[in-house]
Amino acid sequence: MDQSRIRNFSIIAHIDHGKSTLADRILQLTETVSEREMRDQMLDSMELERERGITIKAQAVRVQWKGHELNLIDTPGHVDFTYEVSRSLQACEGAVLVVDAAQGIEAQTLANAYLAIENDLEIVPVVNKIDLPSADPDGAAAEVSELLGGSPEGVVRISAKTGVNVDQVLDAIVERIPAPKGEPDAPPRALVFDSSYDQYRGVIAFVRVVDGRLPTGSPLHAMAMGTDFDAEELGFMAPQRVPVDALEAGEVGYVVTGLKDVSRLRVGDTLTTRRGGARAPLPGYKEVKPMVFAGLFPTDSDDYPELRDALEKLKLNDAALFYEPETSQALGFGFRCGFLGLLHMEIVRERLEREFDLDLLVTAPNVAYSVKEKNGDWVEVHNPADMPRDPEEVQEPYVRAQVIVPKDYVGAVMELCTERRGRFDHMEYLSETRVLLTYELPLGEIVYDFYDQLKSRTRGYASFDYDIAGFRDGELARVDVLVGGEQVDALSLIAHRDAAYERGKLLVERLREEIPRQMFDVPIQAAIGSRVIARETVKAKRKDVLAKCYGGDISRKRKLLEKQKKGKKRMKQVGGVEVPQEAFLAVLNLDGEKKK
Amino acid sequence: MTPAAEAASRLPASRVVGGVRHLYVHLPFCAHRCGYCDFVTAVGRREEHRGYVDALLAELDRERRVLAGPLETVFVGGGTPTFTEPEALTRTLDALPPAAEVTVEANPETVTPALAFLLRDQRVSRVSLGAQSFRPHLLGVLERVAGPDDVRRSVHTLRDAGFDNISLDLIYGVPGQSAADLEADLADALALEPEHLSCYELEAKPGTRFTHAHGEELARQAEAMEGYAERVVETLTGAGYRWYETANFCRSDGGRDLRAQHNLAIWRGADYLGIGVGAVSTLGGERRRNRPSVARYVAALADGDAPPREVEHLDAATRAVERLMLGLRLDEPFTVGAAGVEDVVDADALERLTLAGLVDRVGDGVRLTPRGRMLGGAVTAELLA
Repeated sequence: MDQSRIRNFSIIAHIDHGKSTLADRILQLTETVSEREMRDQMLDSMELERERGITIKAQAVRVQWKGHELNLIDTPGHVDFTYEVSRSLQACEGAVLVVDAAQGIEAQTLANAYLAIENDLEIVPVVNKIDLPSADPDGAAAEVSELLGGSPEGVVRISAKTGVNVDQVLDAIVERIPAPKGEPDAPPRALVFDSSYDQYRGVIAFVRVVDGRLPTGSPLHAMAMGTDFDAEELGFMAPQRVPVDALEAGEVGYVVTGLKDVSRLRVGDTLTTRRGGARAPLPGYKEVKPMVFAGLFPTDSDDYPELRDALEKLKLNDAALFYEPETSQALGFGFRCGFLGLLHMEIVRERLEREFDLDLLVTAPNVAYSVKEKNGDWVEVHNPADMPRDPEEVQEPYVRAQVIVPKDYVGAVMELCTERRGRFDHMEYLSETRVLLTYELPLGEIVYDFYDQLKSRTRGYASFDYDIAGFRDGELARVDVLVGGEQVDALSLIAHRDAAYERGKLLVERLREEIPRQMFDVPIQAAIGSRVIARETVKAKRKDVLAKCYGGDISRKRKLLEKQKKGKKRMKQVGGVEVPQEAFLAVLNLDGEKKK
Repeated sequence: MTPAAEAASRLPASRVVGGVRHLYVHLPFCAHRCGYCDFVTAVGRREEHRGYVDALLAELDRERRVLAGPLETVFVGGGTPTFTEPEALTRTLDALPPAAEVTVEANPETVTPALAFLLRDQRVSRVSLGAQSFRPHLLGVLERVAGPDDVRRSVHTLRDAGFDNISLDLIYGVPGQSAADLEADLADALALEPEHLSCYELEAKPGTRFTHAHGEELARQAEAMEGYAERVVETLTGAGYRWYETANFCRSDGGRDLRAQHNLAIWRGADYLGIGVGAVSTLGGERRRNRPSVARYVAALADGDAPPREVEHLDAATRAVERLMLGLRLDEPFTVGAAGVEDVVDADALERLTLAGLVDRVGDGVRLTPRGRMLGGAVTAELLA
């Protein structure tokens, strides 16, 4: 296809503003999918995506519209997946920015719009859900055009649900988004913007061909990794795989690589041909750095190899996922994993549990810390248990947070941000009733329970997004937990000095509730260094014997005894104290529980 | 335990042998079923007593060959054995083989002078009275028929008839029972100078009517009642009683061994034959449990068949676990080095528990310390390899 007839675009939107519905309507309107085949959220193939109504992975689908080939690259909307968005955007020339006519601009809308602008994309603003009784299409259009600097007339007003004006969106894509401008005759260069693993066909790469032409069967070379393979099959998604002879400059499609080792091809790499290949790769992606860390342990230690394999597979199409082996005295063998944020963590955990059928224990999340050692070197610490007791200096990651909230809740949000050590940056009225607040906040406060608090203090009206602003000095303390006088590594945490006491107190209180009474008193302490800051005691049982036992009871009593014995075997021994695994789970999920 | 019984109890699995010296007889009838009760009972049905006893005696005939000539103990339990029609009760007692100790369970309201003499005439040597409490409000919660005065009167009636071995059952941990109530119950029981006392913590078993009605309240009171078992032991041992089994106490006067010999034999691991509905026997490597239906029991025996029952096979290790579990309930040393038992005991755990002051070594035996006995369930579970 002549490049002038190709349009590559993404749809970007705040969660629930109708991105997936618009994608569904586009598939129908262009007759890419028949009425019979149509189902909701066509492009969200993961069970998890459909259930949560979010997109996690980028997907590319080709549609035909009025003689043009349109490649829609679907993107995730959530803050944690900004890197996915930016990856997808690099394969596009334009983006459709969807805003809910009733909600107006939200924090994610801003973040996504800024990303698109940074990537020099042409933005087609769309106000969706104009059929809703509460819709204010003019108000929303005014907010969008204010943000993008266009006129409200340029905003397409649609209902993705009913299909009203969706054709205008397609027309606007053809008219406003520029065609790709690669060199059709140059040595081929294709950007890998996503990949997946097919157990029969190996690694499948999703690519945007920038220059030249990739024919089926050609010997290919991944320039960054240095991996060679043959293009077993090339094609595009509609939305199922449709093989073609070649992918041309400007086109988006897939490459079946036949690679069985997932680590040999990375997203962001440039594919070229082995003979007559390109000299220089395309600009890759900025390496994404995980900022939130947690330990993942199999409930059943026999599942450790399965967990390792599963993480390796997930890593294939989740470049941001980081993991390294971790051994915990309390929880056994597992992995310390790095995530982009809490949702990313939850998604990884759910995928491990669902797609790989693993039972996991996940420790409380913490952020990455930068620690200055005695010799002056700075090292990054991912696990509170690895934090030196008396570090020279510690820095913690800060984010620039944007909160959009009805003006009545501005006070509540400011109070929360201040409590969480936030530094006010600025405040701006988006409309008469809605305010954008910008704060700098420690990421560590956000992974604790910021979301919950924000939601409950604004009755769910606040929308929130952030990006990493860098490391700043922090007055931080490592809080250790001792059970029966012995430190439990998995329960150590790092908190701001002012909050350490409260956090330690909460943790030992919760543990006291969770640890069953033993044959002796069990002290539970929280300590900073050698200073105990909170203490609780699980009082010894006074009685644990069945009162009555005669001839008729023996079998039943024996079975109870055997059950009691079996129960003990499932306990973890910590300092001579039997701690049920569930106790760790309950304590470690302290934050997670509240989130639900 | 006699050497023969001891030898029999060590025999390998699936062999029912003769020479059994302990017999349990179940008379299931009651005037009323108490909410907390989970025994096999049948309410009322006076017209059925005679037929049931016919069947019971038929079963005794069928099983007589497993019994040794002279028995050591017979225990007639229920139900309320003394609620059984006098004629049927007399026939039962009359048919039982002679034994050194014959115990009959009785509820206070059933104890009349006539009944006391009936029991005496039938060579009953020991009566176990279901007193449970002397507090009217607690007796009400337990749905007991007898009042406090009935309990006192029944003891006097039995004494008048010449009984010199009377046991009282008390229940503590009853919903609404204060520490003062417990003290008063113990004092009232002691005032009657029984030879023996059984004190049970109320077990609210899942699914019983009682648990349905009182489960939540019991859970609320659990903490307050935690010390009750200790109070019971302190009070009774303070009054000179021997805490010879987890829930059982006896007077130690004049050289008489006032422990419940029947149950003592079972706690020591002896074999026993049980007859009647719901009755359990342990015979070598086999445990039999008769089914609870009175009608089916009667019908089967009328047809000349064995009663419907389930059989559980006990291998040597299982019996060893049971002997450990039961033996540690007693105040006499238990020989952990005995054949079979050795294999089920975790030597490291024994060491730990000894250091923790929960177990005492006595020669080649072990005995739980007072605190160890309070935690007997956990200690035993810990000791199991």
